[in-house]
Amino acid sequence: MKAKIVITPKKAVLDPQGKTVQSALEHMGYLGIAGVHVGKYLEIDLAPGTDLAAAREALNEAAHRFLSNPVIEDYKLEIVD
Amino acid sequence: MHFAVLQFPASNCDQDCLHAVRVLGHTGEFVWHKEISLGVADAVIVPGGFSYGDYLRCGAIARFSPVMQAVQQFAANGGLVLGICNGFQILCEAGLLPGALVRNRDLQFHCEQVYLRTANRNTSFTSAIPADRPMRMPIAHGEGCYFADEPTLAGLRERGQILWEYCSAAGELTEASNPNGSLQNIAGIANEGFNVAGLMPHPDRASELLLGTEDGRWIFESMVRSVVAASTRAA
Repeated sequence: MKAKIVITPKKAVLDPQGKTVQSALEHMGYLGIAGVHVGKYLEIDLAPGTDLAAAREALNEAAHRFLSNPVIEDYKLEIVD
Repeated sequence: MHFAVLQFPASNCDQDCLHAVRVLGHTGEFVWHKEISLGVADAVIVPGGFSYGDYLRCGAIARFSPVMQAVQQFAANGGLVLGICNGFQILCEAGLLPGALVRNRDLQFHCEQVYLRTANRNTSFTSAIPADRPMRMPIAHGEGCYFADEPTLAGLRERGQILWEYCSAAGELTEASNPNGSLQNIAGIANEGFNVAGLMPHPDRASELLLGTEDGRWIFESMVRSVVAASTRAA
């Protein structure tokens, strides 16, 4: 069982990495790209027998308090088998 | 006056900060991040560096260090806390200062001299700064682009919490003088209580003429003036 957390910069925050990757892609000839946003991906292994609901609640709290910064980032949490 | 200078794993301006306050005739001591007390400090400096390797986000891990609980308490009691560079990032992550510091707009690490306009001279961090010219001091950072949402920025401006702005040598706020893309050229801010402040430039590396500029000393002198005034009132 794993938790997957994807963290992306908020739309209002300058994302120079995303802009640079986008222009490089365009330069390489990849067409039709309207925007690139560079974020972070965390994969967290959960111990066998972990209670799913409790894990989700705890990880949501951790993502909000520590793993992401709500001032500049959004996150999505997913728990998979 | 006695300063506590925090030390995290990979702080690298802790020595500079302690040296600067000693050059100015004051005393100080290092406080390791695992300590739960700040000792007898009159003020706290959170120094620059790359605490915890800047992993996750700059300052994100340091803010949960045991010593930061003591800093929260110290600040809640009105104690003066100054964060420089990575220290500024840590104070923002800790929620002691609003907003956040993100990657420089050009993705480059900037190590250069900048000029700073002091936007509010009526604070514990700025009262000794001369009004006749901008201060000059170095920056050295990759993540110094100040960001806060619109309502937060408007509130900072209205309450005078924006302390320092990047400007030209002539003191003008220009796009060219903004090294990192900070909103409104913001280089440093204070909290609502005006007892916690942070800035990306390094006053600690600018407090002796030997280093090319001693403008940074005005920030430390302002803090001293404030603490001396408070202890005189108490006595």
